Amino acid sequence: MGGPSVTAAVELSGVTKRFGDVVAVDNIDLAIADGEFFAMLGPSGCGKTTTLRMIAGLEFPTEGSLQIFGDEMGTLPPNRRPVNTVFQNYALFPHMSVRENVSFGLRMQGMSKSETASRTSTLIELVQLGGMEKRKPDQLSGGQQQRVALARALVNEPKVLLLDEPLGALDLKLRQEMQDELKTLQRELGVSFVFVTHDQEEALTMSDRIAVMHEGRLLQVGSAEEIYERPSNRFVADFIGQTNLIDGTVADRDTIVLANGSKVAATTGHVAGTSVAMSLRPEAMHIGRPEDIPATHATSSLTGTVTEVNYLGVALVYRIAVDWIELEVRAPTVSEVDRLKPGETASVWWARETAQVVAD
Amino acid sequence: MTDTTTRDDSADAAAVATPELEAVNERQKRRRGLWLALPAWVYLAVFFAIPLAIVFVYSFATRNRFGGTDLSGWNLDSYRALGGDLVRAVLVRSVVLAVITTVICLVISYPFAYFMATRSTRTRNLMLVMVMIPFWTNFLVRNYAWYVILGTDGPLSTITETVGLGETRFLFTQTAVVLGLVYGFLPFMILPLYASIERIDGRLLEASRDLYATGAQSFRRVLLPLSMPGIVAGSILVFIPSLGAYVTPVILGGAKTTLLGGYIVTQFLEARNWPFGAALSSVLMIIMLGATVVYFRKGGQTL
Ligand SMILES: Nc1ncnc2c1ncn2[C@@H]1O[C@H](COP(=O)(O)OP(=O)(O)OP(=O)(O)O)[C@@H](O)[C@H]1O
Ligand SMILES: [Mg+2]
Repeated sequence: MGGPSVTAAVELSGVTKRFGDVVAVDNIDLAIADGEFFAMLGPSGCGKTTTLRMIAGLEFPTEGSLQIFGDEMGTLPPNRRPVNTVFQNYALFPHMSVRENVSFGLRMQGMSKSETASRTSTLIELVQLGGMEKRKPDQLSGGQQQRVALARALVNEPKVLLLDEPLGALDLKLRQEMQDELKTLQRELGVSFVFVTHDQEEALTMSDRIAVMHEGRLLQVGSAEEIYERPSNRFVADFIGQTNLIDGTVADRDTIVLANGSKVAATTGHVAGTSVAMSLRPEAMHIGRPEDIPATHATSSLTGTVTEVNYLGVALVYRIAVDWIELEVRAPTVSEVDRLKPGETASVWWARETAQVVAD
Repeated sequence: MTDTTTRDDSADAAAVATPELEAVNERQKRRRGLWLALPAWVYLAVFFAIPLAIVFVYSFATRNRFGGTDLSGWNLDSYRALGGDLVRAVLVRSVVLAVITTVICLVISYPFAYFMATRSTRTRNLMLVMVMIPFWTNFLVRNYAWYVILGTDGPLSTITETVGLGETRFLFTQTAVVLGLVYGFLPFMILPLYASIERIDGRLLEASRDLYATGAQSFRRVLLPLSMPGIVAGSILVFIPSLGAYVTPVILGGAKTTLLGGYIVTQFLEARNWPFGAALSSVLMIIMLGATVVYFRKGGQTL
């Protein structure tokens, strides 16, 4: 806190969670703003759920401090925190009707009957479940159950809503519909959403900011664009979208020596001698014959042999073997006669600023 | 030829789906395993169903002057005699003790079953074995063990005397009977409770806590209703044998606290009033049957 800056909705400082020998979450610092759609992205087992559970109070940090709107949470139980959770697979109460499920939180807080009834009805309408109040969860489709879980959490008007892979169990079409609905709902309510997913597309399209986690550590936090275009390290570059990672060593501020000894220009940002990788997105490269390389791009190009060309309609995907690596290049479709064919020599070049240098 | 049909007499007929063939198939399905189950059926019929039927028939017969039974002059006298004061006292006492036993078992077992269901698989299995260990010793022997423990010169009394609490007089009281029954039937409560609690998704409890329920509310609103099948099953599994218990009340309760089981035995062996004993047995059986029906309706799925 302190200063004129607004208090974060959720703030983790140096939070570590260990289960015996397993370090599930490793010294995380994170601040989630009020009203923000915040996604936590990472491969399975990286500690996303554990982080969410610590915010909810279902798990307590081994070390570090966790604050919600400036209040230190310590070992406060979940029922005394201003957050609610949409659980993975929903965890709806099977012995209660839709209505009883949705009103549960209000009843537990001892809210008056009339207030409970009206707020429950409002939420049931909001998630479009009118007419299904009396059904039990097992009489609902996956998408409907998902809505009940959402209504059950939102009816309490939490300051922060935690969602653990809420769309994981839905099929693609429903998933996309729910993505839109969730996003709209979040904007209307102005509540912070902390959204766990391992679907990067979902994270990229829905969130204001994304946190990328790996093996319990927080690798990068930023907007979709920042994470995609300026990955902070090799893992993020590799994990988000598709990319070509070319190993090399920093020679000086503007030069990298690749593994085959060739020098390319790039803003290195690391001291000489550091092992790095240069990340080149398939769509950020131009392809042509060696004589096509513009003079200005002589030090940001590579030449090799075409091994494969795949036609994808709007784009052509080339695979090009350059000495020790194979690059993937995505280029606009050109007529068949102008296309490079397997076996031909091809060059790729790129605008210097699109090459991102990342260390391990 | 399709390979789904078992008929090979008419290839033409078999190739076309016909209602008759389907019916044959259905019939075969219904009969599947019939012959393999036969020994069990025969066993149950000879040693269980037929004796039960005989008991039922005897309850309408007449006791003659010599203590024998005349299988003639069928009447309801024995059932009328059930209204007698002594019978009513024994019946009430039996039901009360069975209810007390069931409640005590439930109260002791629930936390234990919950504890067990929330342990790691290894600990769970270990605990399950421990719950079942008493079954490795004969029920009668275990009851005599309690007889010795509770006796006036038994270890319990010795301890209380040494501590200065004086001699204990548990043996031949209703307390001793309940203690013995609880001891004997506790596993029948623990196991179904464990089975139903173990099946409950722990995240439901977490969800309720997340939705502002206190620990107690979480128990009352989520755990308890979801474990109801186990509670019903366990209660019936304890109540039924407690109500008809014979060995424990006879050994630990003595003559002063006769229960239904002992009373029935007396009718057959000492009073030599077989029709009355048979009537008592039949009534007891009908009560148990009712309880069992409830059990299968409400909790049968969990076992
Ligand atoms: N209760 C627990 N006891 C022991 N280890 C645990 C426990 N909960 C989580 N872990 C471990 O902590 C690590 C992080 O788990 P977590 O559930 O947070 O991963 P996740 O990022 O949510 O993965 P997924 O995408 O598969 O859900 C894993 O290695 C996991 O095995
Ligand atoms: Mg998870």
